[in-house]
Amino acid sequence: MGAGHAHKLYRHGHSPVHALPAHCKIAAVFGFVLIVVSTPREAVWAFGLYALLIAAAAVAARVPAGFLLTRLLIEVPFVAFAVLMPFVAEGPRLHALGMSLSESGLWGAWNVLAKGTLGVAASVLLAATTELRELLLGLQRLRMPPLLVQIASFMIRYGDVITDEMRRMRIARLSRGFEARGVRHWGVLAKSAGALFIRSYERGERVHLAMVSRGYTGTMPVIDATTATRTQWTRAAALPLAALAVCLLGWTL
Amino acid sequence: MDPLSTATPAAAPAPSLAVSGLAYAYPDGHQALFGVDLTVARGERVALLGPNGAGKTTLVLHLNGILEAGAGSVAVAGLPVAKQHLAEIRRRVGIVFQDPDDQLFMPTVREDVAFGPAAAGLRGAALDARVTEALDRVGMAGFADRPPHHLSFGQRRRVAVATVLAMRPEILVLDEPSSNLDPASRRELADILRSLDVTVLMVTHDLPYALELCPRSVVLSGGVLVADGTTQELLCDDELMRTHRLELPFGFDPRSVTVPQ
Amino acid sequence: MHVPDGFINAPVSAAAGAVAAVAVAVSLRGARRELAGAGQGVGAGAERTAPLAGLVAAFIFAVQMLNFPVAAGTSGHLLGGALAAILVGPYTGVLCVSVVLLMQGVLFADGGLTALGVNISDMAIVTTVVAYVVFRLLVKVLPRRRSSVTVASFVGALVSVPAAAVAFTAIYALGGTADVPIGKVFAAMVGVHVLIGIGEAVITALTVGAVIAVRPDLVYGARGLAKPLELRTSPLAPEGTAGPAPAPAAPALATPRRSARRVWLAGVAAALVCAGGLSYYASASPDGLEKVAHDQGIDAKAKDHATKDSPLADYSVKDITDPRLAGGLAGVIGVGATLAVGTGVFVAVRRRRATAPAAEGTGNA
Repeated sequence: MGAGHAHKLYRHGHSPVHALPAHCKIAAVFGFVLIVVSTPREAVWAFGLYALLIAAAAVAARVPAGFLLTRLLIEVPFVAFAVLMPFVAEGPRLHALGMSLSESGLWGAWNVLAKGTLGVAASVLLAATTELRELLLGLQRLRMPPLLVQIASFMIRYGDVITDEMRRMRIARLSRGFEARGVRHWGVLAKSAGALFIRSYERGERVHLAMVSRGYTGTMPVIDATTATRTQWTRAAALPLAALAVCLLGWTL
Repeated sequence: MDPLSTATPAAAPAPSLAVSGLAYAYPDGHQALFGVDLTVARGERVALLGPNGAGKTTLVLHLNGILEAGAGSVAVAGLPVAKQHLAEIRRRVGIVFQDPDDQLFMPTVREDVAFGPAAAGLRGAALDARVTEALDRVGMAGFADRPPHHLSFGQRRRVAVATVLAMRPEILVLDEPSSNLDPASRRELADILRSLDVTVLMVTHDLPYALELCPRSVVLSGGVLVADGTTQELLCDDELMRTHRLELPFGFDPRSVTVPQ
Repeated sequence: MHVPDGFINAPVSAAAGAVAAVAVAVSLRGARRELAGAGQGVGAGAERTAPLAGLVAAFIFAVQMLNFPVAAGTSGHLLGGALAAILVGPYTGVLCVSVVLLMQGVLFADGGLTALGVNISDMAIVTTVVAYVVFRLLVKVLPRRRSSVTVASFVGALVSVPAAAVAFTAIYALGGTADVPIGKVFAAMVGVHVLIGIGEAVITALTVGAVIAVRPDLVYGARGLAKPLELRTSPLAPEGTAGPAPAPAAPALATPRRSARRVWLAGVAAALVCAGGLSYYASASPDGLEKVAHDQGIDAKAKDHATKDSPLADYSVKDITDPRLAGGLAGVIGVGATLAVGTGVFVAVRRRRATAPAAEGTGNA
């Protein structure tokens, strides 16, 4: 696991969570989120327990709380939506702080916020502890079609290259005194986007040639097949199983 | 054809590359090659020179069967380039493309170098050994776990060479190997190429580089070979150089250079 | 508008996931055909798919980061579904946008994992398919010129974004977890997305125009266009002796195409009639969405509006004050959706009839 920052969320480390095979982690996170989503929103305490579970996992993964919290910002647009909800939703209303709020709207907002936040937190933990390539291999082991995995890995490999090209084009535009300030300048930007597409497509053709030249016939050779041991699966399963217990309690209580 | 190589084993093996009467037209009707004959003996290093649009790339794409010859034939170490042994042909002909970003398409250097041998069926320890060996030969063994886009351009070019070396090719075909390299990387790459005991065909506009590395050169112009001889002779032939738009860098006199072994 | 976890309930998320999985599986097969290559070399379908689709996905990923300034400080960016469909074909488009969404979900925690199916159905499938169907239909109907492709791109992209908003509203109606009345969601979503759609349309049209100007062969949606263009430039002689070199199949295609155009026009007319009928019907009786609203017990307010008999009144375009604007929105969406469905059926029938492989390039909408 040589150098570094394979992608923006990944944090290099040697925690027990880092060591788990990617496909176990993906399955665990997916199971966890699914369980969280199926929990009745009235069981407020259950979400508190979920948050504790996530926090425990974060501690085990040695992911600092600050890192996790800042990544939650990605949710902001939907937070805005959630905040609006009590005002626009129907049903009986209650009055607090001089505002008239819908009861069901409050529940809805709570529901979206709690589940959304837990979902993002779980995904961030996954991304923070798993290298990009491992994630892709993990998805492949979870039976995602190999062609899809290939497409995804090409996207990851060349995402930076193309973003870089885009940046260079922007610098070239700036250097010639062009700065896009409004709708009038969209034409120029769209030309850049068009040029970017042509370059991307042509690069795709060249990559294809390079692959064929090295014996590619449509399938990627599977080089290192990581398999998970029973203990690894058990460890990964701890999170969703604990969550399942909470969820069942939430439904029965 | 002078046997310049020191590594030629035993009695008259099949030449690494034998192209005869090769002609090709693209599907849109544009004809790029008009009958090319070229033989490269085992262990030779040959520069393929020519102006833009001369058909160099088209010729290269015939060598491993990406393009199918319209007329004529190509054989690599005696094996004709044809549908039924494409896999073996592509193992024997290692093409290093101009932009290493096109060539290095896997997430890490190790996987990229392993791609070719793995596609040929190699697995496990044998595969690892092959990867390490190839990376060693280009001095990049310490970078195996890096993602390619974190390397410098010169390092990427060297890894690109390693990806091809890992297949133990009969002939190494390099497309503009010195382009975009700083002088130090350029020299390092030259040292690496000189240290390899494979046949090399090098497509280039960098005439001093050709002179430095390749005892023999051929000039492709207008879809046919117009000259074939020692690199120094060709570069000193002003008439030839001018008619085929080959220009030496300012102040460079090929006559004054003593060519290294 | 990546939907997070918990926004849509579990059963509907799962159903959307299944829809998305099927669509992606179908697209994987379709993309092989689309990418098999009008380009150079011997077309070897499957092995070109991964690198080309991967690079297109990377392009979409990158171009979503390209900021288009709107006014004083605000800026927008491309969603890319329509652009992808027109540039590389609908199957590859669906595939690439789906992969982008998947990676955004897994790597950047953008969009919930359980909502992945919803996000893909909404943003990858609906956008791309609607954009392409509308685009294709217009290209058939409009005169064969490059500017027509630009116009068709504009309209395709314009319709596709609100269509995604409509799809989202539908999903929300089925499995939304909050009691916000469907009407308000619809109005808010569509209202906002019509605006976004205008931006998307302008950028898409300009970008497609830019690509067509340089490499028309790379624009999948304009492939049918290239050959007849060459035929037309060929000189004085009547049809039979038209183009000697490039197009042996073209003269054969030329005659049926003209009659096909008439059929297409008829199809558009039929679709419009259908749209009219549909909206009339919709206004008369409560439909699925309304029903869900009733079941959720929020009929108090909705009843007022059910009595209003303007077209599509049940959909609460009601919250937009200007009735003409409301009607216009509903109209655009209604016609767009109907055109999409109608053309889908039409293409399916036509394709079954035309088994010749030559027709494939133009026929697979």
